[in-house]
Amino acid sequence: METQTLTPRPSLFRRVFSTDHRTIARQYFFLSIFAVITGVCLSLLMRYHLVWPHEKVRWFEAIWSVRAEGGIMTEELYLSLMTLHGTIMVFFVLTLAPLNAFSNLVLPEQLGRREMAFPRLNMLSFWITLVSFLTLLASCVLDEGGPIAGWTAYPPLSAVGAVSGPGEGLGQTLWFVSIGIFCIGSLLAAMNIISTVIECRRPGMSLMQMPLTCWNWFVTSILSVLSFPVLLAAGLLILLDRLVGTSFFVPGDLLIAEQHNPHAGGSPLLWQHLFWFFGHPEVYIAILPGMGIVSHIISNFSRRAPFSYRACVWAPVAIAFLGMLVWGHHMFISGISPYSALTFSLVTMSIGAPSAVLVLNWLGTTFRAARLEFPTAMLFCLGFVSLFVTGGLTGLYLGQPEIDAYFHDTAFVVAHFHMIMGMAALFAVFAATFYWFPLMFGRMLNERLGKLHFYLTFIGAYALFLPMHFAGFAGNPRRYADFTNFDFLQAVMPLQHWITMTAFALGAVQLIFIWNLFSSIWRGAPATANPWSGSTLEWNPDGEISTLGPYSYSNSGSETN
Amino acid sequence: MLLGLILLITTLAACLLITHPPVWFPVAITGPAHAFDGQFTWTLWVTGILFIAAQLLLAGIILRRRAANSVPAPSSSGVRASLLAAAAMIAVEVALAAHGSSPLSHATAKNPEIIEVYAHQFAWNFRYPGPDGVFGRVKTEFIADAAGNPVGIDPSDSRGNDDVVVSTLRIPAGRPVRLMLHSRDVIHDFFVRELRTKQDIVPGMEIPLDVLADRPGQYEIACAELCGLAHNQMHGVLLVMPAEDYDQWKLKH
Repeated sequence: METQTLTPRPSLFRRVFSTDHRTIARQYFFLSIFAVITGVCLSLLMRYHLVWPHEKVRWFEAIWSVRAEGGIMTEELYLSLMTLHGTIMVFFVLTLAPLNAFSNLVLPEQLGRREMAFPRLNMLSFWITLVSFLTLLASCVLDEGGPIAGWTAYPPLSAVGAVSGPGEGLGQTLWFVSIGIFCIGSLLAAMNIISTVIECRRPGMSLMQMPLTCWNWFVTSILSVLSFPVLLAAGLLILLDRLVGTSFFVPGDLLIAEQHNPHAGGSPLLWQHLFWFFGHPEVYIAILPGMGIVSHIISNFSRRAPFSYRACVWAPVAIAFLGMLVWGHHMFISGISPYSALTFSLVTMSIGAPSAVLVLNWLGTTFRAARLEFPTAMLFCLGFVSLFVTGGLTGLYLGQPEIDAYFHDTAFVVAHFHMIMGMAALFAVFAATFYWFPLMFGRMLNERLGKLHFYLTFIGAYALFLPMHFAGFAGNPRRYADFTNFDFLQAVMPLQHWITMTAFALGAVQLIFIWNLFSSIWRGAPATANPWSGSTLEWNPDGEISTLGPYSYSNSGSETN
Repeated sequence: MLLGLILLITTLAACLLITHPPVWFPVAITGPAHAFDGQFTWTLWVTGILFIAAQLLLAGIILRRRAANSVPAPSSSGVRASLLAAAAMIAVEVALAAHGSSPLSHATAKNPEIIEVYAHQFAWNFRYPGPDGVFGRVKTEFIADAAGNPVGIDPSDSRGNDDVVVSTLRIPAGRPVRLMLHSRDVIHDFFVRELRTKQDIVPGMEIPLDVLADRPGQYEIACAELCGLAHNQMHGVLLVMPAEDYDQWKLKH
């Protein structure tokens, strides 16, 4: 800190287009904060419409004059909000925050260095990602409105242009362009992380001496490098279908909205294979960094090395490897062969094994803690463990083809992935934010507000998403703009009202965090160099590499600072 | 510790939700649907026990009073315990899979009655072969919703003259039926809760779905794959009729 004041302050241009990894970390962090606020607001609008589909809301019309005429949200508006919500949350929140933001913040120092392998490439990754985000938003401010095909964008709906539905013209094209750009940005970032881990460790730090966060970012980046190119290629092919008239994904002889379609010979299932070959690893791209963060922080606040460091390394590697082989479980009902379904089911279920290993390790580390401490960061980690167990167990239902045949595309699936990918992954992001905030802004977040926010969010997460499984039991389909057309859905409406109420409560609770975040950036208590008495090098960049491994906590060590 | 108490309450609440559910499954009307209910219950028990065990363990660790600065035990046993956890989880999953029916074991009925299902944005149509028992040729170019030919029966094919196209799916109880699923535009999905199954309808493919319903009644058909603007309005009716009534109905059409 002292030395920095002596160097002249860099120009505004240099500070904005910075190659400093911590600046880039903050840029990714704020982009994902903006994205998550947007995504949550979209979900609240959707929840409102689902239970009060006929209420007039004047300001809907002020924003969407065409799609909410008279203040009533149209079905196409609902579906475009849903598409935007999914896309923003999966790509710009769950990919950017756990992986890009926090690896940039601490990866070099954790490896005993001060820089990423390619600082300029790093800067480029962020700005490419920002262009992708702006392109996505642009697709939704068009007069014709945003695309309505969901974040999975299944063809033919997404591949034949405006004839298949409102927003499926230029809006859907921009959506694919945005995702393509995002793939490039993520690829560059992932290659940078891989290079940094392989080439830029300080001499003396072996791979098995890296903090578990580094391991998980490393494995996640390998997943990114293997899966994003497939999505990029698929996106380019579908853009060719849309713009040039090829037929990779559109079969012949279609009659869409009374119009004969000129395509011929393509396969809609090909898109599903390519999309989920990316899409399932993407789920692990979202959660693996969280696992690393949680292992890391739990170790810190249990004041001891992880229950088994090696298990905490190899379990995520196993999850990533198996995660590449299970894309077909998204296609059990798509008309694939029962032999494929059986294979995909067995591999899917086997992911439970390394997941159980991780849960055992988190419980084991805390059980054998030298001293358990419960700052907000630790609370979010323990919350993560609870939500990870709950959300993981419902995966055992969906991994069975015969059970999936009922739950597929119902509220059960929505509850499952919001529990694990939405809530658990975000809990890891919250934990990381509280834990590394000192390194991000030189200040501490307010612990009292932090704990209040944690408890309310934890209760809210369960109050919202546990009952949502029951809507799935009743067969409530997802992606319905309202529930007025089916008799059986009327019985689910009281439950839907509960879900909407808790969603608004959970959303309101997040204001505590936003307030805490922004007030602490400017007015938080100044942080000491190592506020949590952590043993890893991000807290002590000039420290020695311990021969005992990264988590060399001992009783005497915990007394320092 | 507050978190430990919240975990206990959450676990209790989850159990109470299962014993006093706000909504539940509808009736099951086929063999596979009854099998689903059995396998679901089994999965609920298995995952329920794991859920309660893990949450209580976590709560216990948080609530436990511990001696100040107790010496952490060495971690050498960690790998062995981890392998044990993995093996235990595999055993749980084998137990789940062994209880269920293999996806390969679907018995295909002999000589089922064939009924064609045609989905399009945003409606259902169903075709029966009529008295001659043979479906006429269909071509997309003949599709004319307004003119009453929503599936595109070729007028030059005499076998199609007696075909019956209706918007309610009628099937006989107690007799095997094979639904041949077609879509003319985008991917739809044939979902009937009481059958406990759904099947995507992929344009360009003809996908069969075997049904042997054991209970007459009227059930709702929902589209369960996002198919565009009015996806949520794609409502259909499945009428499972006593076999005699069904034969009567066919005679009249």
